[in-house]
Order: sequence, then structure tokens, then C-alpha cells
Amino acid sequence: MTLVERHAGSDLRDSALGEAELRARLSNTWGTKPGIVGALSTVDHKVIGRRYIVTAFVFLILGGLLAAVMRLQLARPEGQVLGPDAYNQFFSMHGTTMMFLFAVPVMEAFAVYLVPLMVGTRNIAFPRLNAFSYYVYLFGGAMIWVAFALNVGADTGWFSYVPLAGPEHSPGKRVDFWAQMVTFTEVAALAVAVEIVVTVFKQRAPGMTLDRIPIFVWAQLVTSFVVLFAMPGVMLASTMLITDRLVGTQFFNPAEGGDALLWQHLFWWFGHPEVYIIFLPAAGMASDIIVTFCRRPAFGYLALVLALIATGFLAFGLWVHHMFATGIPQLGASFFTASSMLIAVPSGLQVFCWLATIWTGRPVLATPLLFVLGFIVLFVLGGLTGVMVASVPIDTQVHDTYFVVAHFHYVLVGGAVFPLIGAVYYWFPKITGRLLDERLGRWHFWIAFVGFNVAFFPMHILGLMGMPRRVYTYLPEMEWRGLNLLSSFGAVMFAASFALFLWSVVRSLNHGAIAGDNPWDAPTLEWATTSPPPPHNFDRIPVVTSREPLWAERESLPVAEGLRVDTRELLVSSVTSANADLRETSPTTSIWPLLAAIATGITFIGSIFTPWAVVWGSAVVGVTLIGWFWPKDSPEDET
Amino acid sequence: MRWLARLLSAAPLALTGCGWWQSSLDPHGPAAESISWLFWVFTAICTVVWLLVAAVLLLTLGRRHRERPDPLAVDAGQERRVWRMVIGATVLTLVTLLVLTGLSYTGQARRAAASPDIPLTLKITGHQWWWDIQYEAPEPDRIFRTANEIHIPVGAPVQIKLESSDVIHSFWVPNLAGKLDLVPGRQNTLVLTAARAGKYRGQCAEFCGWQHAHMALMVVAEEKDTFEAWRKMQIAARQPPDDDARKHGESVFLRSACVMCHTIRGTDAGGRTGPDLTHLASRQTIAAGTLPLTRGTLAAWIVDPQGIKPGVHMPLVPLAAGDLDPLLSYLEGLR
Repeated sequence: MTLVERHAGSDLRDSALGEAELRARLSNTWGTKPGIVGALSTVDHKVIGRRYIVTAFVFLILGGLLAAVMRLQLARPEGQVLGPDAYNQFFSMHGTTMMFLFAVPVMEAFAVYLVPLMVGTRNIAFPRLNAFSYYVYLFGGAMIWVAFALNVGADTGWFSYVPLAGPEHSPGKRVDFWAQMVTFTEVAALAVAVEIVVTVFKQRAPGMTLDRIPIFVWAQLVTSFVVLFAMPGVMLASTMLITDRLVGTQFFNPAEGGDALLWQHLFWWFGHPEVYIIFLPAAGMASDIIVTFCRRPAFGYLALVLALIATGFLAFGLWVHHMFATGIPQLGASFFTASSMLIAVPSGLQVFCWLATIWTGRPVLATPLLFVLGFIVLFVLGGLTGVMVASVPIDTQVHDTYFVVAHFHYVLVGGAVFPLIGAVYYWFPKITGRLLDERLGRWHFWIAFVGFNVAFFPMHILGLMGMPRRVYTYLPEMEWRGLNLLSSFGAVMFAASFALFLWSVVRSLNHGAIAGDNPWDAPTLEWATTSPPPPHNFDRIPVVTSREPLWAERESLPVAEGLRVDTRELLVSSVTSANADLRETSPTTSIWPLLAAIATGITFIGSIFTPWAVVWGSAVVGVTLIGWFWPKDSPEDET
Repeated sequence: MRWLARLLSAAPLALTGCGWWQSSLDPHGPAAESISWLFWVFTAICTVVWLLVAAVLLLTLGRRHRERPDPLAVDAGQERRVWRMVIGATVLTLVTLLVLTGLSYTGQARRAAASPDIPLTLKITGHQWWWDIQYEAPEPDRIFRTANEIHIPVGAPVQIKLESSDVIHSFWVPNLAGKLDLVPGRQNTLVLTAARAGKYRGQCAEFCGWQHAHMALMVVAEEKDTFEAWRKMQIAARQPPDDDARKHGESVFLRSACVMCHTIRGTDAGGRTGPDLTHLASRQTIAAGTLPLTRGTLAAWIVDPQGIKPGVHMPLVPLAAGDLDPLLSYLEGLR
């Protein structure tokens, strides 16, 4: 089938070539060049996505190790493992790492890898920006961890409330590193969000109308919009904090007319949607995994998509429920009770649709589905305690106690990490070409599930028994000893499950069963290509005729032809009906994104020490951008 | 050093004896009782919801599933039936949430309802890492300051104004009421009522730096007469030293750096940076609830404050040999 107008001329089109030659030529055109410079200048979304995923998991391990040490410290009263200074750095780095350097980036990483494959295109939109985004994220994460290793780690929490984080009460550079880490990761996140929005809107395979987009892709699209509106809030806040600290502004200083609560409003304007930035992609993963392993189309596709969108909107109406104890007016607080309750409706609807899909399907209890089932159990529990903390009176008792620690770990670990691990088991064969071991997978699931509950359920009770958060120790007189010990035991178990996982991954990389294109008989486009996919993703662009293309077209997918093979060219389609619109060249490899990221990094880090770094740093960044955007000698395509 | 201090304090802190100490599950005042009721209603409803979901999930997995050779084939009749259940469950969710929201509002309204004329007002100022407490009164000579320990009459509402001198803290005595933040530049107000006599421990609930973990306070609810006697005693200046050792101790205190931060009414010591020590010995704990007050813990605290509470703003004040003992006798005499 030829959807794209054929052109007479010397340029070589995919319609003119046989399978083997087409693949060889496309691989050559789209491939990553060998050598270190080639590796650093690649703009292949799969290579960058893989690096993103691996980096995010490295941060997960680092953040998890911090948590393990904290659990050792709290296992008994008057623990001597960590002093107050170290403990404060540990919990600040734990939260910062998990939220800024693991959870959000890992979800974006999966988007970067999977979305172009799932919508059937050759590369992500703005692939050089994508490379830039990864390097900026990497540098930001490396910076804060190097700072931590040098005893300049963040120590005012991942939330860095002022005035504690202000110049008077946190002298030194610790908070400055933290605030700049925020800037790094937010720049990276905003870049990816823009890429995903454009990829989903404009690069879908012909025929993939809005109602045929895989739910995971919908989830990533909604998430990207949430990122675009939430992240600027925290960038503004962290920039104001930096100027308060470095150049003597007084945004947050009440003595000079500033306001300490302004920080909390700005931070939670971002901080609550952040939870949904993490949860929505996870829900999308759960939806797609359930579809594949229940062997039926998603029950209530429209309802699931609308639930994602509704959650995306409601996410911005909840932030004050983090501030019920600050003494804000009761009427204002009560509004946020209602909105916080309301967001349980779309979440509930999703759960019901998942249950209905399982009910009417034929579930295959493979490891990915196991993790998703565990997710449902844990997420519902976390959601329900969320309903409890949405109530102003109840919140005044449980706010800033271990009850809340339990609540958000159920939501974030149960609600996001469990489906994420399911997603790793699910997509690992696509990414690496090899399957993860099922038997180890089951062990991993059960140890993780039991360990998680043993670690975090007792925290609900500890919070009710009056144990506040962020305490580095507690007195022997307090009756918190037993439950804390139990929780620490669970934490060890949970950590062990991840060690098992890591071992399984390493082993499977070399010895796993060969996956083949579509080991799960899954219905979405990423399974229509080889595992791992070739540099150009698809030899010919698939044409989508159904919401489950690989189930509808058992023999072979119809394809669109007419793209050039000698230069990087991809198909741009219309936003709603995904009609093939035009051919567009896709940027080639370039080292400039790396150089621009280095220049940006130097500027950001320099500005911790002198505000003038912003001035001369901008000039350096400008030079790299000129290199990046220097006009190419190859003319733009005429169509 | 801290362990030494613990050993020295032979007797553990006197517990209230009933229920949990510092717990929102054991309410002893109308505010905490109302929240506790709401909490248990929410917990019951949420537990039922969770059990239902878990049961449906197990049922779903346990039932016999037909083979699906063609994954795209769906049974239209079954889809309709299941749709009705999904919609029903969603509506039920909405109704449940509306009920819970209504309950929450009632609880909130009860909490916010204007209390009638409140006879006793005190102002608490949060410091890193202790509580400055000022009992207010219309007559200036009845105003006094103390620290880390509040006495209130049983059954009478007490208004507490909350302020902070440095960073954000949060006042939380879970057995009596929910928490409320102390925010620099603002004043928040909380009404506290203890329904029964007893000692209730509270603790700072907003992360406030190094010693956030050791920023506790004690609320002692007692009969009105006992309370009035206590207040009368607190208003008075310090008990003058009555023996040579204590006289020596006072002079040690007055000529050392202690006076820069602490007040002892009746002497020249008038510092406001640290807790008012006029009636130090009448309190049950030192270092904001970190240690029970005994001669031993007091000695440990003076000799090594950083060892007991690392990062604390109280410096080590060097004392000449032989000065510690009289100083301790003096401080122990500040009843």
C-alpha cells in the first residue's frame, strides 16, 4: 500500500527495495556510528532511552541503599548508625533521588524508548533535544551525588521548606546544590515532555487515529502535559530560593515582606502533580500489560483514557492538602478536601476497568501481570489512605507522621514501582532480545510484595502512635520499638528482592531465552519489529487498522511506502485522524547536544558560586547552540 | 555520654499509665476525640472498600476463564452486563466519597466552631529545638515565661497562640488535638482542652533541622486548684539560695556565660535566647523532653550538651573544677 505520494527522481525510496537490502540501507542511514564519539553523538531514541532507563535504575539502587541505612538507624531507639547531620542528608537525598532522579526520569525513559515504537515511527521528535535532555539529567544527578559524597549533600528534605532552607538557617552550599539539581532535572523533563507531545500528535503511523492510540501512549501524552504545567512551578520556586540565598532577594523572608508559605504553594503546585507524573505512566503500563496477558482488548478503553485525562486536570487542584496544618483558612482547606476526594473517582474507574478486563479475559499469570496485580492491591490501599489524609481533621493528626510515609510509599512504590517492574519484565525482551527468567520473576514478586508490606504497613500504625517523620532517632520510652524493628526487617526483605532482580537481569542479558519479535503475543506496534528493534525501528512504516493492530492483522501488517532510505526521513501525520501528511527529515547524529549540555551544566553549577556564571555561561551555551543549529548543506526535502 | 546520662536517670519517665503515650489513638480531649471518631469511621469504610476490591480481584482470578483463541472477539452481552457493574461501582465510589467528604466537613466545622470565652491564653514560640512558653494575663505582673512544659486546668479550653522565631515547627500533642504549624511571620491559634487529668507528650512535627527528633514538650493537665497553685509558683521570682553551696552555685551561674541566654527571674540573668530557668526544677524533663530531669542528667547536659543533642545551640560552658556540684545544687533548688 502506498500512502505517501511517490516521487520521480534519483532519491532512493523504500518502495524500490527488497527486504534485506532495505534493512541494510536503513540501518546504515539511521545507525549509531561506532566509537566513543559516535556513541556520544547518537540521537537514536532507543539508545538514549536505554541509557535513561539504566541511569534511572542506578539512582533507584542508590536511593534504596540510603533507605536501607535509614531503616538500620531506626530499627532500634537511640540508634548509632547515623548522626543527625548524616541522617538529614540521607533522607533528603533519598527523597530527592527517588522523586527527581528516579521516578520521573524512569517514566520518561520508558516513554523515550517505547512511544516512537508504539506509534510506529522511526525516531522521537526533536531527537537532538532528546540527547541533550539525557545529558542534562545525567549531569544534574551526578552533581548532587558528587556533592553528597563530598558532604555537601542536600539536608533540608526533598521539599526544602524555607526558612530552614533559606540563607540564614542553611548556610553553606548544600541547598544551592539541591536547588540547581532541581533546575537540571526539570530542564530535562520539560524537553522530554515536548518531544513526547509532538511525537504522539504528529508522528503516529497512518491510521492510528486518536481512539487507536495504545493506553500507555495516552498516559505518556497526558503526563507530558502535566509536566509542562507543573515543572515551571518548582523551577520558579528553586530559582527564587537560589536568588534569596545568593543575591539577597527576600522572596521567602517574612521579616522583609516575603512569605514562608509562598514556597510551599509553589513547591506543591509542582509537588502534587508530580505524584501523577509518576503514577499516570505506571497506570498506562498496567493497562497495556493487562490487555496483553488477559488476551482481550482493554475493557472501557474510552473510560480509561478519559480517566487519565481527568486525573491530569484534577492533579492541579490538590496541592493545598499538603498544607492543611499550616493554618490556612478553613474554607480554602475544605475546597481541597473535595478535590482530593474527587481524584479517587477516575482512579477507581481505572481499577474497575482493569478488573473487568481480567474478569472477561483469560489472564495468564506471567510475571508482568503478577506485578500489575500486586500493584492493584497496593495502590487501592494507598489510594484509600489518601482519601483519609484528604480530610482536614484527620490530616491534622497524621500529617508529617509515619502514617503519611506509609501512605505515599503505597502510592508511589505500590502504585508506580510495581507496575514499572512489571513493565521491565514485559518490555525487557523487546529492548534486549532476551526474556527474563520467569521462575526468578515469581520469586522476585513474592519477596518484593511481602517485604514491601512488612516494611511499610507497620508505618501506618507508628504514625498513629505519634511517631513524626524525619526524626533521626527516638527515645527508648516511646513504644515504637517493635514496629520499627519489624519495618526494618521488611525493608531488608524488600531490598533483597531487588538484589534478586538485579541478578536476574544480569544473567538474562547473556543467558536469557531468545525472545523473538513478539514473545507475549501482544497487540501493539512495538512488537511488530525485531527484538531489539533495528536503528530505524520499522523497515516499512506500518499502517494501523485497529486498536490492537497485531491481533487484527495476524498475517502481516499493511505498510506505507515511499520514504527515502538514503537520508533520515519519517512520516508526519495529522493530529486526530493520523492521515499521512508529509515526509519530514529527522535530525542526524550530532555531538553538539552533548557540548550544549556540558555548557549548560557548567553554567548551572557555576551559578552556585557566582551569579555572574549565568552571564558568561549563557555566552558559552549560545556558542554550542549555534553549532547545534548551524545550517546543514543537505537541503530540506521539497515536499 | 548519652548512655551515661540514661544510666544516671535510674527511673524512667513517669508514664500516664493508660493507653499509649503520645498517640492519636488514645484521645483525651474533645478535639482529639472528634478526630479519632472520624478516623475510625474512615478506616472502617476504607477497609470495607479495600476488602471488596481484593475479594473481587481474587474472584476474578479464581473463576474459570474461557479460551480466547481470537483475543479480539468479545461477547457483547457480557460486555453490557459488566459495564453495568463498572458504572455501578463508579457511582458507588462517588457516593462513598461524597459521604466521606460530608463527614469530614462536619468534623472540620466542629473543630473550627468559635469557642466561648476562653479564660487562659498562652503564646508558644518555636525555637530550634525547644518551646518558649508565655502565659498571658491582663495584669502585666501575672505574665510569665517557662519552657517545654505546659500546665493547663482540666476541662477548660486553653487558647494557644503559635509563633516561630526561626524556622517552621509544628505543635502536636496527639492525645489532645491535631497539629498546627508555627510559621515565621504568622500567628496561628489552637484551642486545647484536656478532658482528663494526666501528662501528655507532644513533639515537633515539622522538620526543623538537626534536632527535630528531640523537640518534645509535656502538657500537664491538672485540677484547677493544682493548676492555680502551679501558676502562682511560676509567677514568683526564683527561690533565693538557702545554703552556701547553692549561693555559690548562683554566683557560678551569674558569672558564667549562662546568663547570656537564660533568664532566672530575681537575679541579673536576663538572656532570652534560651529557656527561662526560673523554675527549672519544677519541670519533668530537660533539653525539650530529651532527658528526664535528675541531678545526673542535668550534669550530663551541662558538661556535654553536644554529646546529648548534637547541633544544639547551647554551647559547652567551661566550669572550674568544683563549680559543677554547687551549680547543680542551685539549679535543683529552682523549684
